[in-house]
Amino acid sequence: MKAPAFNYARASSVQEAIDLLSRHGDRAKVLSGGQSLMPALNLRLLAPEWLIDIGPIADLRRISVENGLLTIGASTRHADLQRSPDIAAHAPLLKDAIAHVAHPAIRNRGTIGGSLAHADPASELPACMVALDATVIVQGPDGERRIPAADFFVGIYETQLLPDELLVAIEVPKRTDGARHFFREYARRSGDYAMAGLAAEAEIDGDMFASLRLSFFAVDERPILAKASRHLIGRPVTEVMLAEACGALGDELAPQDDHQATIGMRHYLARQLLIACVVSLLGRSDLGARVVA
Amino acid sequence: MIAPVPITLIVNQERIEAMVPPRLNLADFLRDHLSLTGTHVGCEHGVCGACTVRVNGDIVRSCLMLAIQAENATVETIEGLSDSGEIADLQMAFHQRNALQCGFCTPAMLMAAQDLLLINSEPSRDQIREHLSGNYCRCTGYHAIVDAIESTVRARLERAE
Repeated sequence: MKAPAFNYARASSVQEAIDLLSRHGDRAKVLSGGQSLMPALNLRLLAPEWLIDIGPIADLRRISVENGLLTIGASTRHADLQRSPDIAAHAPLLKDAIAHVAHPAIRNRGTIGGSLAHADPASELPACMVALDATVIVQGPDGERRIPAADFFVGIYETQLLPDELLVAIEVPKRTDGARHFFREYARRSGDYAMAGLAAEAEIDGDMFASLRLSFFAVDERPILAKASRHLIGRPVTEVMLAEACGALGDELAPQDDHQATIGMRHYLARQLLIACVVSLLGRSDLGARVVA
Repeated sequence: MIAPVPITLIVNQERIEAMVPPRLNLADFLRDHLSLTGTHVGCEHGVCGACTVRVNGDIVRSCLMLAIQAENATVETIEGLSDSGEIADLQMAFHQRNALQCGFCTPAMLMAAQDLLLINSEPSRDQIREHLSGNYCRCTGYHAIVDAIESTVRARLERAE
């Protein structure tokens, strides 16, 4: 179908975008790369009175590193992230994840801010932000708010962003020397929505996890930072510990049934992801074989 | 009634000025306003890939972009790539390898294939499949398309030597 009619306003600065949002509130939608908004409009799932195009705001498209702190402007495209040496060096998890975000033509338009503000529970980047312990920076009429990624995502397509606020940047904290990452998802075809996925960041001390952030996606209404990791930290991982972690994981996730996968299948895939993650990060191919999946 | 807005852009090396309603997507603008009907419209929500065009050198879905977002942009469609001869060898390989039947997906397949070959002059079959994963073909089963692109890769490498 074709998009319903709307008024269009081009914002040339963050302040102008916030002014427009203050004026139009929830009757407006912010247009960034449009790779989620345009399908929703064409399918007539949305009918905003106004589209506020933030594409022309050049300041929002940037990647910078200062004192190891990585800052990514909201309008940075997926393709920019994929090619950036700074992302490869300071957030390799993101580089791995981007390859799974849709297809090349989509990655040339889609933006990180758009993906986070859209908050699709099956999308990769929100889960990465939670795993990376990133901070989401939003600006509104009353100034700036800094929101930890783990609190930012509230539900399906739902975030803490208010109607008059604009997501402007993401900050990813400095990575320690022993940091390792893991990213994997199960999808029916390359580029499809994931049936289950895991983005993880860990610090490894010898043969143990010193820390482990497991961020599961497509298995709940939002990315879930799994507490099951506590079964795996501070001691060399045994088969029993891994089985306990898999058991605990089941209680934390509330996946939904859809045409791609049943609830039980999603739980199964999440456990397989957890096992694969531990095996990969610790280099322990002996693990997981005896966990009853 | 929402009034049309003026846009200026370059399409296939020609400067275009037009009045467009804000909701008009780039694919419909190319087809209905400029009669460039080689850009096909399949699903209209970014799944099938049939509307792939180049904007400022990058391939994009023209159904997921508003015509007004193309303000000051340089757009190239299959007509542009075909007329310039940029993809003549790829077109010939598609013909020789039977890489099309109905032809609906073909313009966008050529766009995506050429995009890959500009980035990677020697892609593997897996890389070819990955790069085309956002373009649906309901006739060929893809095998012949991958064959055609692979043979173009070999021919271009031989010519470069």
